Amino acid sequence: MAKARVLIRPKEGILDPQGKAVERALPALGFEGIEHVRVGRLVELEAEDPAALGELCEKLLANPLIEDYEIQTL
Amino acid sequence: MIWGVLQFPGSCDERDALHACAAASGESLLIWHRDSDLSKVDGIVVPGGFSYGDYLRAGALARFSPAMTAVARFAAEGGPVLGICNGFQVLCEAGLLPGALLRNVELRFICKQVELETIGGDGERLSIPMKHGEGRYYAPPQLLAEIEERGQVAYRYADGHNANGSVNDIAGVRNEAGNVVGLMPHPEHAIDPLTGSTDGLRVFRALERFAS
Repeated sequence: MAKARVLIRPKEGILDPQGKAVERALPALGFEGIEHVRVGRLVELEAEDPAALGELCEKLLANPLIEDYEIQTL
Repeated sequence: MIWGVLQFPGSCDERDALHACAAASGESLLIWHRDSDLSKVDGIVVPGGFSYGDYLRAGALARFSPAMTAVARFAAEGGPVLGICNGFQVLCEAGLLPGALLRNVELRFICKQVELETIGGDGERLSIPMKHGEGRYYAPPQLLAEIEERGQVAYRYADGHNANGSVNDIAGVRNEAGNVVGLMPHPEHAIDPLTGSTDGLRVFRALERFAS
């Protein structure tokens, strides 16, 4: 079994209100100089055939209309 | 006409939908998500709620249920299918309707009565409630242009009622054939004068002509 990690993030240009809310909260906590925060998802998994992960991402883990994904085999 | 209302683990509006279907069109029955026999019904409602806990993305897991596989076949054969709120998300995730639903622009869960314009139907205004946290309709620019051009917008929020930030004020869309419709607001909660409006009945009745 190969370990892999899938990073899923909102597509460029799609408004990400979660990221915006995090960004707005930062100055109140004393964190300055941080911008363009975007919040995505991380899926860890083990796969017999890592080559099949692309299809898995297209069909389930990500919604290609609104999200980009990146597969990292470890 | 007999409507079948799907029930997933986590559905929560299926009882109201059953009641509304019966009030609008005659009869209704529940269909459990593991059941794939749709032979007893003439139309399908995919109801609101939080199917499979909204895990991964709202509606993403429900599309793999035996009932949804049967619904995809039923829709392809021209049968009427109505997705409400989470049901709309399920139909988009299943590829039966175009686009996707994103988190509300203000991040807050919104629960309020809204005015909708019916597009391409009787053109009438409807007053029905919305209640959702992820109802911001989105389609990438090219797909959006195609949806508009093909007349696939079914309902639009009236001026000042687009509370979730949906693109082009879209509250609901239909497939190209018109037999599959999804919308975020809840027609099943607007069928009795006791709750202020009976406009929701029209949403169910608008699909009756597709029943065989």
